[in-house]
Amino acid sequence: MDLAEAALAGALDAGARYADARVMAMTTESMSAQNGEVEGLRQGERAGVGVRALIGSSWGFAATADLSSRGARRAGEQAAETARASARLAGAPLEMAPVPAVHDHWESACAEDPMSVPLSDKAGLLASVTAAAQAGGAQIAQASYDIWDTTKWLATSEGSRISQRVRECGAALSATAIGDGETQRRSYPGIRGQYGTRGWELVRQLDLPGHAGRVGEEAVALLSAPACPERRCDLILGTEQMALQIHESVGHATELDRILGWEAAFAGTSWLELGQLGSLRFGSPLMNITADATLPGALGSFGYDDEGTSAHCVDIVRDGIWVGALSGRDSAALAGLPAGGMVRADGHNRIPMVRMTNIGLLPGDSSLEQMISETDDGIYMDTNRSWSIDDRRLNFQFGCEMAFEVKGGRLGRMLRNPTYTGISPQFWGSLDRVGGEAEWQFWGTPNCGKGQPMQIGHTGHPSVPCRFRNVRVGVRG
Amino acid sequence: MSTADPALLAEKLVDMVGRRAEAAVTVTHTCQGLTRFANSFIHQNIVDEHTEVDLQLSVEGRLAVVTTYRNDDEALASLVDRALAAAALRPVDPGWAGLAPPAGLVCGKDAHYDPGTAQVGPTGRAEAVAAFVAAGEGLEGAGFCETSLTDRYFANSAGQRLDSHGTGAALDAILRVPGSGGRPGSDGVASTYSSRFADLDAEALGRRAADCARRGDGPVELPAGHYEVVLEARCVAYLMDFFTFYGFNGRAVTEGRSFVAVGERQLDAALSMTDDATDPRQLGPVFDAEGTPKRRASLVDAGVVTGVTHDRRSAAQAGGGATTTGHGVAGGEAFGAIATAMLIEPAAAGASRPLASLVSEVEHGLLVSDFWYTRVLDPKTLVATGLTRNGVFLVENGEVGRAVSNLRFTQSYVAALAPGQVLGVGDDGRLAPGGLHLSLHYAPSLHLAAWNFTGNASA
Repeated sequence: MDLAEAALAGALDAGARYADARVMAMTTESMSAQNGEVEGLRQGERAGVGVRALIGSSWGFAATADLSSRGARRAGEQAAETARASARLAGAPLEMAPVPAVHDHWESACAEDPMSVPLSDKAGLLASVTAAAQAGGAQIAQASYDIWDTTKWLATSEGSRISQRVRECGAALSATAIGDGETQRRSYPGIRGQYGTRGWELVRQLDLPGHAGRVGEEAVALLSAPACPERRCDLILGTEQMALQIHESVGHATELDRILGWEAAFAGTSWLELGQLGSLRFGSPLMNITADATLPGALGSFGYDDEGTSAHCVDIVRDGIWVGALSGRDSAALAGLPAGGMVRADGHNRIPMVRMTNIGLLPGDSSLEQMISETDDGIYMDTNRSWSIDDRRLNFQFGCEMAFEVKGGRLGRMLRNPTYTGISPQFWGSLDRVGGEAEWQFWGTPNCGKGQPMQIGHTGHPSVPCRFRNVRVGVRG
Repeated sequence: MSTADPALLAEKLVDMVGRRAEAAVTVTHTCQGLTRFANSFIHQNIVDEHTEVDLQLSVEGRLAVVTTYRNDDEALASLVDRALAAAALRPVDPGWAGLAPPAGLVCGKDAHYDPGTAQVGPTGRAEAVAAFVAAGEGLEGAGFCETSLTDRYFANSAGQRLDSHGTGAALDAILRVPGSGGRPGSDGVASTYSSRFADLDAEALGRRAADCARRGDGPVELPAGHYEVVLEARCVAYLMDFFTFYGFNGRAVTEGRSFVAVGERQLDAALSMTDDATDPRQLGPVFDAEGTPKRRASLVDAGVVTGVTHDRRSAAQAGGGATTTGHGVAGGEAFGAIATAMLIEPAAAGASRPLASLVSEVEHGLLVSDFWYTRVLDPKTLVATGLTRNGVFLVENGEVGRAVSNLRFTQSYVAALAPGQVLGVGDDGRLAPGGLHLSLHYAPSLHLAAWNFTGNASA
């Protein structure tokens, strides 16, 4: 905390009217294996201090890896100098939505420290599951795990002093079958694996060995499956694809920095307009979305965001009506909202920006089994394979690894290359079945890119199976 | 601490490892400044300075990579200990292909270095942003201006030593005619990427973006279908990340995941593709992550695939006398070797033509400025879906006409450039980002026979 306070002092003495400083130390470990052989093993450590300074309505940010008091103070001064340069093109008067000053420490729960699990055990796991998946018939079987152990110390000029330790980990397994004209892939538990703010117990619970043979066999089976037909029909999505659907078409669309135009040139804007908040129908009355950073073990959980706002739950869509946005203190103030507590950076040298926490769909009263039994003519898809959405988060086309026909309330043939496309409010408006709490699953997305320089965010997406009516599927190249 | 000499640090680490392992060290010192603006004001403005130390070592084929931002003696000693401990606990990597042997650079270590750019600070970037926005004469500006300085030193225990100093400068931004009543605004984009900040003509870029934005106001919607297209240079550069990652990647070729068949005419005879990080039009390091000097690599000659990209591991895996082409990247042991500096040019000298000439030959088609959020549906055929962005215009009887609303496409990139499909190559080559945010590529506009648009982006 001393370094954060030195940086803070540097910024304030250089003229900042508000400043915050974040010292961040992160250790990482990743390993990858293919076809029974371990290939990559990487361990990293990054540490440094990042300082934000606000002068007038202009921000400046400076980062250094020099962990001396003098280096930290100099970074604070640089942040103030940079803010002065920003004033060459200053925006409208800017305030910060109020938050209480806090002195606190928070740690994520971790039953089994993933860094303490012997490398030989981890290597053995990856080698064995890829060998098993390859034995299932796939030409290429890959597995990996990632571990992040992050400690942060935040000091703000309003008096907050907050330290946090967040441990995250997860793993992924995939099998690729290569045909004459195309490849087919099956993943477990999802295309990005599964990640959370948990210890190695998460990886053990995935039971990769129990699924390795199956994914290999399914990848091969997909090569000879009929292609998903091009038509309109009812669409049932499993929880992993629902997580992607929520992330892309609800999470990003409700980011306040996008709505305010701050990401217009790169990540894009949003089809939502602030004046519609509280009245716009986003989806059917069964649609209830929250941003909840307090969910234990979910990848988007923390104690405080990188501005010192405490984690809490915010309604985003209630009974199908758009009622909330993802915000930071400055964007919230501009929009007349309370601080959202959704601002994070992926390292000490990146500026905190609006990021999803755990953006999830609240459970309903149906189930996957019930949805299938109630569907006369449809398709069930799961496990994301491709994702593309326009820069206003309105028009999407997503692909899944595998699908099944649904005929007369029963699952039918396996289908390959399933895709579906839609316009967000129309698609969500067609939602007519929502799975129940027993199927509520917290998916973690460890690779959400946003910002310049690019930052990789970790987000969570609680989801349940859902059914949508009359969706266009099977879009071809 | 963060200003420590990369060469001294690297040499120190190689000495610390000594005979205990094969070691390769890359030390990279980075100073980066990036000024972002939106709604015509600067809203994010960063400066960052750090030194990253990467140590890769192999103990009899047991490989580990460790990195740190710390560079004091205690941290370096700890780094070596951790790497040795990690390597001891993992199985032998049968794909380990050994260290790069000594070999000199094929260009100067300062090939992409400009001393003036190294001195530009936030004030200089803010002035460039202000000039861009002013050229919009009231339109809303958004984008970024970046300057960077990168010093990199490589040393390994096989005796290889390489050094490079590079600068980078970029202005990439839009000007926008605001939308209203739920109707999206129209955007025009312009960009320059160079090693020289002096190459950024902010005012000219602003005029170009503003012109495109104003012409794009009030777009019409078009039905889905195959359209003849002229893809502007940003679109073509955008495609190249997909060709480099999924296509020319030697590991993907060896494993049968790529479309590439060396020796076959798979693309149009009008096109040649090379990868050459030493070309003065390019940016970035002049040696790869394994310490192999970058050199010109021919990938496509007049439509015939002539080569693929390899690092030491993928070359050994390919066999048949394959050698590294200097395309090793960090983390490549998991996904392969990637071309990072593509040059797309006409196969025949003098065959390129102005953009207006390409457009003049389109009877009924579209002029597309930019692409957005493209993802691959099948990596082998490079079928991808994505959208247009920052300006699409109807072309009829050789004349650019009404603006068109953004469109979604689902298209095989290989098929789009297949024999007979490239009807013209522009003379407007420039550096622009690839669509997977992997690299910058030097590309011209292309006139293509067909592109498969599968729907309107807003309906």
